[in-house]
Amino acid sequence: MIDAATPLIPLAVVVPLLWAVLTAVRPQVRAAWLVVPGLLAWCTTAALLWSHVRAQGVTQYALGGWAEPLGIGLRADGLAATLTLVTAVIASACALHRLLSPPAEFADHAARWFWPLFFLLGAALDGVWLAADLFNMYVGLELLGLSAVGLVTVAGTTIALAAALRYLLAALLGSLAYLLGVALLYADYGTLALASLANGFTASTTTLVALALITAGLCLKTALFPLHGWLPPAHGAALPPVSALLSALVVKASFVMLLRIWLGPGVSLLVPAVAQGFGVLGAGAIAWGGWQALRHAELKMLVAHSTVAQLGYLFVAVPLLVDASAAARASAWDGVMLQVVAHALAKSAMFLASGALIAAVASYRVDDLAGVSRHMPLALFAFGLSAVSLMGLPPSGGFSAKWMLLQAALASGQWQWVFVLLGGGLLTAGYVFRVFRASFLQGAEDRFTPTPLGWDVVALALAASAILLGVMAVAPLEVLRIGAPPSVGLLLNGAP
Amino acid sequence: MSPALWYALVGALLVAVAFAAFAAHTHVVRRLLAFNVMGTGSFLILVGLAQHERGPDPVPQALVLTGIVVAVASTALALVVFRRWFAATGRVALPEDDTP
Repeated sequence: MIDAATPLIPLAVVVPLLWAVLTAVRPQVRAAWLVVPGLLAWCTTAALLWSHVRAQGVTQYALGGWAEPLGIGLRADGLAATLTLVTAVIASACALHRLLSPPAEFADHAARWFWPLFFLLGAALDGVWLAADLFNMYVGLELLGLSAVGLVTVAGTTIALAAALRYLLAALLGSLAYLLGVALLYADYGTLALASLANGFTASTTTLVALALITAGLCLKTALFPLHGWLPPAHGAALPPVSALLSALVVKASFVMLLRIWLGPGVSLLVPAVAQGFGVLGAGAIAWGGWQALRHAELKMLVAHSTVAQLGYLFVAVPLLVDASAAARASAWDGVMLQVVAHALAKSAMFLASGALIAAVASYRVDDLAGVSRHMPLALFAFGLSAVSLMGLPPSGGFSAKWMLLQAALASGQWQWVFVLLGGGLLTAGYVFRVFRASFLQGAEDRFTPTPLGWDVVALALAASAILLGVMAVAPLEVLRIGAPPSVGLLLNGAP
Repeated sequence: MSPALWYALVGALLVAVAFAAFAAHTHVVRRLLAFNVMGTGSFLILVGLAQHERGPDPVPQALVLTGIVVAVASTALALVVFRRWFAATGRVALPEDDTP
């Protein structure tokens, strides 16, 4: 199992961690000479890991040669490798946005701590994607929560501070519930490695309580409706590159953990009633998030509520992943994987574009965007492209994802989810067209603040990759199927 | 009653009391204290219940050590953010909890 490429797995965590330390030695607001090599090293490692997993399949690594349970095991399957690559790409885009920002953005004294926290967030994300046991997931999740809260405070406003405190309290409560659940699972099974739990959970009282605690904690962290209250203020008040990272990737970490636990050892307990319950909460998120996005006055709050809604799609997929025929389950797996990646690309593009639009009109309000279509066509185009993917219009990653979920719903005869998926698309169209309507109105002249062209280009590149994902979905999907849980993966992997 | 179960029950009691305090108080520092008590309770469960039947076990002890480090770090971060919030606004609770 050990070969030359295997150390890539720990490197995916160590490289961003190293740069977190390097940038913390003498924190500077803009240290391009140090940051850019870090981003290059990070992207290279992630790309090599992705192509390695693509060629060789699931790869494991025991840190320091210590075997589990005392050692730290890392495991790169298709999902982990793809998300590591997506993390490196989106983080680099957000970092470029930050590096290109005008000096006024660096006024707050906390701004120096952006880079250490940024790289720590990246290391924590990669740690969660690659973790092979429930406790390392906990450590990754905690580091992720702490660095994310720190990044929100970098904005420096009192609104951001309140949002960060609220986010921190929710995150602490969520991870403590998860830790309690993990303690109970350890008492029951004497191991926390997902591989040794693969025989499945038994329906003992301890396990059921543990799963309930873990699920509640992780749903709070994923901001699943109705536990989403902390998300919109935190994602709305942070700096644009931070909002982009939080919405695109951070909330997905706890979702991926839920998926690994429920579709792994927990699959025998994921009875139709529980799975349908997840679906109902997801439908609630789509309806509530969409409705709030329709009526919120501020642009970033609109985009943040859109995240609540788009996360709902991931949970609507849960009943299709278990309570359906094998073909429908396979289609639902492809759909949920594409939705994770497509939403990450599109939403980060949308937040970066919104940041540029907000800076140009010097106002957070959607109604103040009047006339911005002529002044900032490129940023608005990036916003539009990402909206195409979020709405699920062809050809885009969002379209392919929702199409596969629709197919799974139709194939398993679960008509209620067909209506939820279609209705969610209409709601999304409703709130993004609010933005277009406002920006194409005739506005007062000469009141725009010039913004760096690089901001628009970065947002456009991310949005274009969300569209491209729809055109070229085959290669990423093949990788995302590597190491898929047996319950959904039998058909995908061509196994007996 | 075995000592292991006793530890777990005390831990569960601590978690329940602390959770009630977390929900009842709006003062951020009180909520942090409640969070720390909750953490202690879950560590008791982790060490107590996990030793059950198998004798001393290094894994839960390593987990609790990590958990303590994480709890200290979280508390420190929360206090820093709270101090900035208090310095900026003079408030001790979040805006939505603040009854004037």
